[in-house]
Amino acid sequence: MNHSISILSPTAILGYGFPESSFEAGLARNPDAIAVDAGSTDPGPYYLGSGESFTNREAVKRDLTLMIKAGLERDIPVLIGTAGGSGARPHLQWCLEVIDEVLCDLNRSARVAEIASDQDQDSVINALHAGRISALGPVPHLTEDAITNSTYIVAQMGVEPVIEALEHGAQIVVTGRCYDPAVFAAVPIRAGLSEALSLHMGKILECAAIAAVPGSGSDCMLGVLDEGGFTLEALSPERQCTVTSVAAHTLYEKTDPRFLPGPGGVLDLTACHFEQLDERRVRVTGTQLQKSDRYTIKLEGAQPVGFRTISIAGIRAPDLIQQLDEVLLAVRGRVFTNFQSIDQAEVQLLFRVYGKDGVMGELEPFREQLPHEVGLVIEVVAKTQSLADTVCSFARSTLLHFGYPGRQSTAGNLAFPYSPSDISHGVVYEFSVYHLMTVDDPKSPFPIQIKVRGVSR
Amino acid sequence: MKLSDLATVIRSKNAGPFELTFDVLFATHDDFERVVRSEVLSAAKFAELFQISLSDVISVVEFEPALAIKVTIKRSRSSGAFGETDVYGAQQHAPLLSLEIPD
Repeated sequence: MNHSISILSPTAILGYGFPESSFEAGLARNPDAIAVDAGSTDPGPYYLGSGESFTNREAVKRDLTLMIKAGLERDIPVLIGTAGGSGARPHLQWCLEVIDEVLCDLNRSARVAEIASDQDQDSVINALHAGRISALGPVPHLTEDAITNSTYIVAQMGVEPVIEALEHGAQIVVTGRCYDPAVFAAVPIRAGLSEALSLHMGKILECAAIAAVPGSGSDCMLGVLDEGGFTLEALSPERQCTVTSVAAHTLYEKTDPRFLPGPGGVLDLTACHFEQLDERRVRVTGTQLQKSDRYTIKLEGAQPVGFRTISIAGIRAPDLIQQLDEVLLAVRGRVFTNFQSIDQAEVQLLFRVYGKDGVMGELEPFREQLPHEVGLVIEVVAKTQSLADTVCSFARSTLLHFGYPGRQSTAGNLAFPYSPSDISHGVVYEFSVYHLMTVDDPKSPFPIQIKVRGVSR
Repeated sequence: MKLSDLATVIRSKNAGPFELTFDVLFATHDDFERVVRSEVLSAAKFAELFQISLSDVISVVEFEPALAIKVTIKRSRSSGAFGETDVYGAQQHAPLLSLEIPD
């Protein structure tokens, strides 16, 4: 029997939007599921650490309204991976609240499965002592402190818990942190199709039309999987999937495009073949999956490291730009001389010089070329917000009136775009956990709750 | 000829919060082969250009199906840690643009 499964991916990240015309074109193809990735570590550690979403609530609601309405009307599952951007408990709750609102607005109810991905500190510490934790790439060794200092630790689930939620008749599946391809691969794997091809298709669909030309993170893509391979099709008439665009996407945000590790195994693309079917569609075959001996899941955590205050200013005086390094060094010295009581270990002061190496930092090869103007960000991270405010304010006022050698513009050294000039930026986080943990069972770290949500009938 | 004249895509991006990856893609097999042969994107050349130690170059992969060369390095710090200049890592590719490719 030649059966196939179609998955509609509306957008690269839930909340990034999509044209309704593309979505309608996808629905017209009778997809078996609508799936979307809602998360990423790309926006940095703040969102996981603080429990906030990096996507906008109204934008997420707009996307979910179209997806849930279509899913319920057609009786096909809607799957949402890495709810709220980072997938920790508050992110998942945030997304569920939006879903409740959408269901009420639609005057509908639905069986909703929520799959948590939070790992409690004790179980991670136990795993650490049992030798079940390993670093993922160039990451510092995990310590008990890093675990206990983390506000949230999540693990990326594979397809297994998602499939289980579908087995229980979930119409909407919302997951905590999830291996990006899993919500796309769950439906075809459950239907008995190849795990390797399902995951590879998910790997491409999770970025929606980014794999097309012209690429877009806010447009729809359809993946159709059968027993021999899968076909990708961009759903807007202005985009095409080409062998190059699809193969190139395989590189995106990965260390090595040939071997893509995930929970339970490594996707092996060395024998993969990309074929142009027609102007708009590409077929992929030959993907293999090397199953791991032991099932590992990726842990992610972030910890608070202090409070930040910044001040933004410009400099146009050529004589100052010429000796800026020396001046900034002298200002730094003056700050810490003035506040003898401040423990320097509790304060980090940084001057970012845009125009010199503000974008690339230590990687900048062309830092010696003098610009005609520079953008300056004075940044302080300290143990308390008040200490960060104090040091930033003092560094700013000291630099404003600093008398450097040969100075002609004696009224002030900085051009401020804003009043007030200083911005208290709140808690700063950094990634504290990015490690693999071996588990006995792919499902037990990810508890599933299913209930009917929305309006009661 | 410069790399930016030969390649269709030259980009950088995080590969997770601890790695930075560079992709250089070509339109034709000849251009891809020419740059591979030139070795301007070797681990040693890359370390020299970005002034990092050779051991911080994690991998150089020539991926023929995409006519692409991919170089991955260790990030100077984890994404978003104090001193970060580019949280997404999307603007670290510029020094590659002007690399001279021999005939």
